[in-house]
Amino acid sequence: MAMLNELFGYFEYSFVRYAMITGVLIALCSSLLGVTLVLKRFSFIGDGLSHVAFGAMAVAGVVGLTNEMALVMPITIICAVLLLRTGQNAKINGDASVAMISVGALALGYLLMSVFSKSNNLSGDVCATLFGATSILTLTAFDVWMCVILSIVVVAVFLLFYNKIFCVTFDESFSKATGMKAGLYNLLIAIVIAVIIVLAMNLVGSLLISALVIFPALSAMRVFKSFKSVTICAAVLSVCCSALGILISILGTPVGPTIVAVDIVAFAGFSLAGAILGGVRK
Amino acid sequence: MSLLSCEGVSLGYDGKEILSDLNFSVNEGNYLCIVGENGSGKSTLMKTVLGLHAPMKGKITTGDGLNRNEIGYLPQQTVVQKDFPASVREIVLSGCQARCGLRPFYNKEEKKLAASAMERMNITSLEKRCYRELSGGQQQRVLLARALCATRKLLLLDEPVSGLDPKVTVDMYNLISELNRKDGITVIMISHDIAAAMKYATHILHIGKTVFFGTRHEYAQSDIGRMFDAVENAQEGGDGNA
Ligand SMILES: Nc1ncnc2c1ncn2[C@@H]1O[C@H](COP(=O)(O)OP(=O)(O)OP(=O)(O)O)[C@@H](O)[C@H]1O
Ligand SMILES: [Mg+2]
Repeated sequence: MAMLNELFGYFEYSFVRYAMITGVLIALCSSLLGVTLVLKRFSFIGDGLSHVAFGAMAVAGVVGLTNEMALVMPITIICAVLLLRTGQNAKINGDASVAMISVGALALGYLLMSVFSKSNNLSGDVCATLFGATSILTLTAFDVWMCVILSIVVVAVFLLFYNKIFCVTFDESFSKATGMKAGLYNLLIAIVIAVIIVLAMNLVGSLLISALVIFPALSAMRVFKSFKSVTICAAVLSVCCSALGILISILGTPVGPTIVAVDIVAFAGFSLAGAILGGVRK
Repeated sequence: MSLLSCEGVSLGYDGKEILSDLNFSVNEGNYLCIVGENGSGKSTLMKTVLGLHAPMKGKITTGDGLNRNEIGYLPQQTVVQKDFPASVREIVLSGCQARCGLRPFYNKEEKKLAASAMERMNITSLEKRCYRELSGGQQQRVLLARALCATRKLLLLDEPVSGLDPKVTVDMYNLISELNRKDGITVIMISHDIAAAMKYATHILHIGKTVFFGTRHEYAQSDIGRMFDAVENAQEGGDGNA
């Protein structure tokens, strides 16, 4: 009881409230496209993009931009589009080019940070960007508003294009044959992914974003069998796990890894539930 | 003006030709059966007609105001990933997507259409089931229902009866022929079932080493037509003796 009181006491601080709001919103957005990402084998693109975002963040830091988003967002979106193009071109090996871009961005980012950084705690800075150690606790009101607006846009786009995203994900050649602009929707998916990744960097850092995107979707897929139910379950699960993770992290653990740990526990639980349900059905 | 015409079309992959100089046309209300051996390029031809694959030479023109979103298509194989969570209803409804244009959600009519397509394919009871947990024949029927939802003018079917049991096969042929005659929908179907092709189709396109295109009567009179007929008859005779 005392512990709960202590926890709620923290909500008097604005930075804790900010963290909670953005955390929940980011979790919601990132889980929505998880199913599509996993099924279209885009999950590795998500991974690559998060490294690109890291590199862009380093560049923004070196140039000394006050608003890093202004640089990080366009670079990540452009890379998302490029990666999608190469992924569709069978002649160039998609996996290899993703690996190239992602490792390259990681290396260049670190290089830039170490050459130009004026901070005397370089490894701390790098760690924060990679694992999101404290950035979620230093959000300004502007960051929060930015996150709220982008989240609303992402959710609205997802809802409006939900049926089209389903078609393109389930059977791209059928959608093309029947006159849908599949290329356009793929582009849309790529852009939304890029936006989500840049948003999520604040919460869990660039190395752990994929976990935030993939775990809820994979967990939901263990138990549910229709696209709609999986999507809803993934969204609810992701929000709950992130909220719980943030609460736990107030007690002193790093935010990003804690959320991912909660996601892993949930995944284990859902796998078990899926196995039991499957056994019952048979 | 015909609904669809191919002039001097060559097909192939990676610069290697499979079929060359193909000429045929399909008019509104026709029922064209494409026959030929395995690997002769039937599926490739269908994909090319649909614009999923570029022809190496020649041109394919559509006329009579045929829009892409008025075409229904049943692929020979749909590679659905192992874990894809999708219910039968969701998949059948997705056939209506082309009608929606930019409208984000399905309307009542489209839901009704999907329900009646499921009824026709006898899969209403599977509505809530997960697609990947169905049998091969059941999956085929789901995809057929989806194709029916998408069809308004032209229906392309790549081996629609493969994997269906005899009763459903007959129902299927009757259904397609009804769509063709009553609703005036143009049908292009790939099939290995020459007997059915001769019974239902108006035109036959035979591809392979020799190419034939004409009405089914012309085909019956032609050399390849008679050869295939002989093979069929021999088989039937053999079955009868056994
Ligand atoms: N994606 C591809 N890349 C390269 N070659 C291909 C590809 N798909 C098919 N082929 C080749 O093209 C030829 C024609 O294939 P297609 O699938 O059109 O045959 P089909 O007439 O439909 O045969 P079936 O009766 O078995 O369905 C085959 O020799 C095949 O090996
Ligand atoms: Mg084929």
